[in-house]
Amino acid sequence: MTAIIEADGLGTRYGRKWALSECTLAIPAGKVVGLVGPNGAGKTTLLHLSVGLLQPSAGSISVLGGRPGTTPTQLGRVGFVAQDTPTRAGFSVADHLRFGRWMNPNFDVKLAEERIESLGLDPLARREFLQGVIAVVVDSGTSVILSSHLVADLERVCDYLVVVVDSRVQVAGEIDELLASHHRLTGPRHDRGALPRDQELIDERHTDRQSTLVVRTNEAILDPAWTIEQLNLEDLVLTYMTRAGTQDRRPKLEARS
Amino acid sequence: MIRLALREFRTEGIIGLGLLIALGIMLLVTGVHVVNVNDAFHTACRAARNCSSTSNPVLTVDGPLQHALPLIAMITPALIGLFFGAPLIAHEIETGIFRLSWTQSVTLRRWLVVKLGIVGLASMVIGGLVTWMVDWWMSPIDAVNMNRFGLSSFGYHGVAPIGYAAFAFALGATAGTLFRRTVPAMGATLAGFVGARLAVMYWVRPNFASPAHESVPLPINGGGVSFSPVAAAAFNPPSVSVPNGWVYSTEAVNRAGHAPTAHYLLNVCPAFFNQAPQAPPPGGKKTAPASAVTLFNNCVDKLSKTIHTLVAYQPGSRFWPFQWAEMGVFLAAAIALCGLTYWWLRRQYA
Repeated sequence: MTAIIEADGLGTRYGRKWALSECTLAIPAGKVVGLVGPNGAGKTTLLHLSVGLLQPSAGSISVLGGRPGTTPTQLGRVGFVAQDTPTRAGFSVADHLRFGRWMNPNFDVKLAEERIESLGLDPLARREFLQGVIAVVVDSGTSVILSSHLVADLERVCDYLVVVVDSRVQVAGEIDELLASHHRLTGPRHDRGALPRDQELIDERHTDRQSTLVVRTNEAILDPAWTIEQLNLEDLVLTYMTRAGTQDRRPKLEARS
Repeated sequence: MIRLALREFRTEGIIGLGLLIALGIMLLVTGVHVVNVNDAFHTACRAARNCSSTSNPVLTVDGPLQHALPLIAMITPALIGLFFGAPLIAHEIETGIFRLSWTQSVTLRRWLVVKLGIVGLASMVIGGLVTWMVDWWMSPIDAVNMNRFGLSSFGYHGVAPIGYAAFAFALGATAGTLFRRTVPAMGATLAGFVGARLAVMYWVRPNFASPAHESVPLPINGGGVSFSPVAAAAFNPPSVSVPNGWVYSTEAVNRAGHAPTAHYLLNVCPAFFNQAPQAPPPGGKKTAPASAVTLFNNCVDKLSKTIHTLVAYQPGSRFWPFQWAEMGVFLAAAIALCGLTYWWLRRQYA
């Protein structure tokens, strides 16, 4: 299975602010990828980089093996719908179909008309849209990346997850694997550093007597002191978002003390 | 892509074409009248054997239009820059449509080349046609005034306005790319276009060819000559007009080619310069007494033996080379701006 997006140390900045930094990713083909993160995290930046609407300031990115946006062939292999689904004022639906035909030699007029027929033009037909996305993946082997800050949107359709927070990729992987390897451990207050090596600590919360940890491991957790719970997708995403927040704040507190 | 560019230009194109046709009809109707007035005058004056062109009534026909036409011709390129150029890319960026336009199977370069090419060509055609129509309307008047090479009237004749239109359009597109907003881009386009026109008019155009020089004797009766006050003691020659030419300067020089010194002037005409300043007669008009006029004429007569007027000018025959050169300067600038636009978009986007 080849990668649809391969990024290596990819970063881009606006002036001095990095919109995305040190992004190293290899998203396999044939997936429906959910790109999740808060507003302004870098999701759109990553998508723009992958369609050639932005140039990397650091590192490299290849999409379907080519440099984004460079040739008509490359452009023709990647479809992009921006988040506010821009349409041209004064252009009718028919005009937009014509636009599609004029701008794309591979444009499938029949398919486009069928889609419009079946969807209607109701912008709220979100559910049908998502079902359509799955149908496309199944039928044609197209890979899809959906960007959203709503996990619920993606839960039904995605099988691969990329979480971006604070301009960095926090976690990326198959959703099934991610869910199987992340555990929430609850037990008596736990001191740091006492976890087995194969367990990566993702998040920790402590009260006077109790600790709640989220760990990532592919091994069984043997310590009988822990109550072990599975995370759902939303928990998983929130954990990584919270972690990114605390990681960001920690050095500032140290600097002050 | 070409069909798309035409479709996207449809509204602006139709408005532009409509204005062009409206102007054309107005100029055709009034222009025929101008031609008729001119023909009638020439038939009558030939019969009367007195064709002093300054009495040609075309100079006063349709007064307001006659004054407005140069203005219309001169602002047309600016309007093209504002309404065709500035929104071309700024609108894409500020509405976010670029995310749709530049992610189809057409590269940014091709998109830009086709858009700039089609709208730029339309700009040049409109700029050229407006000037051509105004030129035709004004031609009987230009034949009398013989000043189409003049500093400002040069700009609404010939082919230079085609260059202005291309430049204004490209400037608008570039400003839209840099400012990413239509309205600031329009402001920058207007300022930049006016600035570039003035800069070329005053500093570039005079250097297209070094001027021709011609010596003209001082007029026998001293007409048009004047002297600055004795303290400054300079000698101002009469202005010289070169039919259909462009006069840079007229100066009084001696045989060695230098301006006469105050000392020299005093030496040649002591009587004229040393006469007592005339107090104006009480309550009367300020008329020079006969003796002062005689002294003045004698002085000019004496000076004309050693001093002549040197005129630096571009002859009328250079009008067209200058037109092509001016068009070339603006076209070159327009191409450079298109290149800058591409480079900048490429750096920022794809």
